[in-house]
Amino acid sequence: MDAFLEFLNILKFSDMGWGDNLFYGLLATLEIAIGAYLLGTSIGFAGALGKINGGPVTRFCLGTYTTLVRAVPELVLILLLYYAGTALVNEVLMSLGYRPIDISGLIAGIVVLGVVQGAYSTEVIRGALQAIPKGQLEAGRAFGMSRWTLFRRITIPAMIPLALPGMSNLWLIVTKDTALLAVVGFQELTLTTRVAAGTTRYYLEFFLIAAAIYLSVTLISNLCFKWLERRSSRGMTSLGH
Amino acid sequence: MEWYWLGEYAPKLLSGTWLTIQLLVMAVFFGMLLAIPIGLAQVTGPKIFSLPARAFCTTFRGTPLLIQLWLLYYGLGSLFPYMDGIRSSFIWPYLRDAFPYAIVAFTLSVAAYEGEIMRGAFKNVPKGELEAGIASGMSRFQLLRRIWLPRALQNVMPTLAGEMVLTLKATPLAATITVYEIFGVGTIIRQETYRIYEPLLLIAGVYICLTGVIVVLFHWLENRVPKASG
Repeated sequence: MDAFLEFLNILKFSDMGWGDNLFYGLLATLEIAIGAYLLGTSIGFAGALGKINGGPVTRFCLGTYTTLVRAVPELVLILLLYYAGTALVNEVLMSLGYRPIDISGLIAGIVVLGVVQGAYSTEVIRGALQAIPKGQLEAGRAFGMSRWTLFRRITIPAMIPLALPGMSNLWLIVTKDTALLAVVGFQELTLTTRVAAGTTRYYLEFFLIAAAIYLSVTLISNLCFKWLERRSSRGMTSLGH
Repeated sequence: MEWYWLGEYAPKLLSGTWLTIQLLVMAVFFGMLLAIPIGLAQVTGPKIFSLPARAFCTTFRGTPLLIQLWLLYYGLGSLFPYMDGIRSSFIWPYLRDAFPYAIVAFTLSVAAYEGEIMRGAFKNVPKGELEAGIASGMSRFQLLRRIWLPRALQNVMPTLAGEMVLTLKATPLAATITVYEIFGVGTIIRQETYRIYEPLLLIAGVYICLTGVIVVLFHWLENRVPKASG
């Protein structure tokens, strides 16, 4: 009992406790996850449109991108993009006559995980776009909709319920993948936990707390996505369920 | 690009690749063995079995593998030395080594993901086939062994290659607990030669080759198993 009280003391939100550190770690994790998810979804949208409408060269490049990213471990990709990416940006800056800059871990993390996410969401969004019944698009065209109106009024609303299961899965993956940034030294939840555990020697307790935090993020996200799925599939004909 | 270090480190790279393959095969094998009862418990078991099985899947799928690995290695691993008599027992050499922790962590992770898939697979076996089995007078165990399990395994066949690739991509995490598989060897090379990209590119290549082997192997395997119909 005493040991438990002492541990609670260590978790305090103060200079002496680790509670606030864990909280900021969680914020950093969520920031990266949200940033990478948005970036990944944008890449996925562009990639899916490119794979469907693009010429042979675009399609080949996109195919190589999605295949390579899905075959190489995230950890290797993170190291490669982290080092190569920052070096590349600085080389470009130097050749333009600017001084090299320190790229913040936050931006680098978002870009790296976003590029990885992009490969997966390309496939998810492509699948959803291709599953839209052709008749709906033809009906829109018959009404004289422009390509943009057609996209906004028919393609997007028809696609969302089809893409949501895959996209919710990708969100769960990216929240967990942020933990990998601990290996390149970014202070998110996992690395904060490890530092806290190493300093206080409460290894088991701190890792259990971190696991519980990640799990609650997952469970809360699950609820949100369930609600979204129900909402977006209103008016869909249910297929024999 | 400089590759002068390749000859010097070739033996280490080979043994690292071998260790990666060992990790992968053992994790998937034991994980699948665990996944079958976990999937079955969720579909047919009484609440005392189905609830823990579901909780296990949710927990292990809802937390990062890196946290699970560190929880086992640094968390549980730090408790063992204080237990009475464990240092003199025969399991101590295993508890001191990092490799078993990696195997256990990856196995549990595979079991959780694959257990969820097995749940769907058991559920999707057509009722009529099970009823036919019961009508022919099979006992519950015979039904499981002759119809339910083979049909469920047939259903998961197409997902196995993907699961194996995902597990392969998780194995480099083992390097963070001093298991020097191929990624860990790459880290050593990077530290000793000060080359940043070449070792990483080489390792990426190794993973791409391994992924290719898995895909081809399972494609061949799938063609040998009679196709699931319906």
